Amino acid sequence: MSDVAKPAPLPQWSFLSQNAAQLFYRLLAAFLICLVLSVLSESFLSLGNILNVLRQASLTFFIASGLTLVVLTAGLDLSVGANVALSACLAGTVIHQTGSPVLGILTGLAAGGTVGLMNGVMVTAMRIPSFIATYGMLWVLNGVTYWYMAGETIHGFPAGFRQIGSGYFLGLPIPVYLLLVFLAIGSFFAQRTTWGQEIYAIGANPVAARLSGIPVNRRLLLVYTVSGTMAGLASIIFLSRLNSAEADIGESLTLPAIAAVLIGGTSLFGGVGTIFGTFVGSLILTLVLNGMNLLSINANWQPLVTGIIVIIAVWLDMKTRRPTA
Amino acid sequence: MSDMAIVSPIRTLQRLPGVAIVLVLLIALFGAIAPGFLSAANLSNVLVQSTILTMLALPMTLIIMTEGIDLSMGAVLTLTSLCVAIVSLATTSMLLGLCAAVLVGTVFGLANGWLVAIAKIPPFVATLATLGMAHGLSLIVSDGQSVVGIPHSVRDIYSAHLLGIPVPILMGVASYGVFHGLLYHTRFGTYVFALGGNREALRYAGLSPTRLLITVYAIGGLMAGVAGLLMTARMNSGHPTAGLGLEFDAIAAVAVGGTSFERGNGWLLGTLLGVLAVGVLRNGLNLISLPSSVQVASVGVLVIAAMFLDGLRSRA
Repeated sequence: MSDVAKPAPLPQWSFLSQNAAQLFYRLLAAFLICLVLSVLSESFLSLGNILNVLRQASLTFFIASGLTLVVLTAGLDLSVGANVALSACLAGTVIHQTGSPVLGILTGLAAGGTVGLMNGVMVTAMRIPSFIATYGMLWVLNGVTYWYMAGETIHGFPAGFRQIGSGYFLGLPIPVYLLLVFLAIGSFFAQRTTWGQEIYAIGANPVAARLSGIPVNRRLLLVYTVSGTMAGLASIIFLSRLNSAEADIGESLTLPAIAAVLIGGTSLFGGVGTIFGTFVGSLILTLVLNGMNLLSINANWQPLVTGIIVIIAVWLDMKTRRPTA
Repeated sequence: MSDMAIVSPIRTLQRLPGVAIVLVLLIALFGAIAPGFLSAANLSNVLVQSTILTMLALPMTLIIMTEGIDLSMGAVLTLTSLCVAIVSLATTSMLLGLCAAVLVGTVFGLANGWLVAIAKIPPFVATLATLGMAHGLSLIVSDGQSVVGIPHSVRDIYSAHLLGIPVPILMGVASYGVFHGLLYHTRFGTYVFALGGNREALRYAGLSPTRLLITVYAIGGLMAGVAGLLMTARMNSGHPTAGLGLEFDAIAAVAVGGTSFERGNGWLLGTLLGVLAVGVLRNGLNLISLPSSVQVASVGVLVIAAMFLDGLRSRA
């Protein structure tokens, strides 16, 4: 009897969240941070700054949304930052050589996706634990990127291409539109499609998933490839925003992306979390870092604060979930 | 009987440590293609340069044996190296600098242990977060600048000789001796094996796995502190990014050395050979004038290959 009395499948009434209360706390946290910052800093509530926060958050979100799918399967992709750097450098080179932004964008996406696929192959076919496989990949990518760039910087891209990262449409930055599009696609994919639900199932219980006929390896390949492709997309936004590519642009991106995923309530142990949560996580992290900027706290403090936030987020998550686990 | 005759040499080959083969192959390769690789001066150079890595890889072996990892080691080493520079600059005392470094390193090790053992945060994420924190602190205390003008007493450690042998090599050998004794000849060592292999047994024996685990991570931080002294001595300055990424070489050495990430099997001598393999690889690539970026990528490939082989062997 007790087996039957296990919690029923969560209601599907909301495509946003599996757990409305968890999400509510996070939105409340974001709101409180906004409140505090608007008191502490006059410029926080200016339109320019709010748009800036949204644009920054969208950059983190692109990387973090793909990563969310990986973490949902109880894996981790530590190579996303290095992947962004390599993809940006390759895309930048192609744009410079051919003069075609379209080819450059395709190159960036393809490079990111290929790296993701290689991660997936290492995790599935070679059965290396995802942490170690993607950690090794991180250093391979770092090495390749530094070797390829040889200390050079690629800069100066066509004005049309730069619009992607720095342009506006109807008063909103273009990356914000991309954010909304990918938030919708990601949420729909994870919550409303069979493949998405299978990804949750793999994370919750890989053995049960395999026994119930889910092609686990193919879904894992997909998840790592998507994570890599999203890193490729982020690299394009970065490239057009910074108007330059350097080998070291990815180094400070991995920890914030992981932080956004974890703040958003996705469990490191798989099976729990949403893309929308990751969006809120990106927003909270960006608000904190933006607030530190506005209060003119030295940027050197950012890695320290991000690290502390990661620990608090994981710890809170485990505290609140332990009774049900 | 004839089957046995064929199988047994293969078995022997399988049992022969892979890391020894890798090391011999690398030495043979670079001996053939890299001019000056086999000279006594260069080989001594490889050994001296490997000491910092040895000091990280030895505790990393213990940590990985407990099915954990410490990604923060390189960043903590950087921070402790800055501590040595700043404190020795202020007090002109090498010993005070070392004490500060060991203190800071141990605090970070304890924090890692606390996060992993008590807060039960997966080691990869917990130590990635402390990596960020140590990196941030390095930037803050140094304001992003090198700390220069440190006293001679610090610098001399790296270049000094004792009985004709460079002091760093002696320190590396001493570290190995201590860890060998600790792991194979004390109860603590036996418990470390049990932490990875059979944690329940520890609990039934009335021991606290939590406290043991924290101790293991604390030892890692402590060694990062000691290595910080060598790093500052080697660079003759404290630099806010000096040791970043060194944890990867340490993990590579452990992985190549045959310590398993999942079954609590550790082999300290294998780690030492792994350190030498990584050192030879970097030195050899350097001699044939390939940039450090290629070295980093090759170490990455080495790790992935080692993990793949480890997985194959565990399934066989």
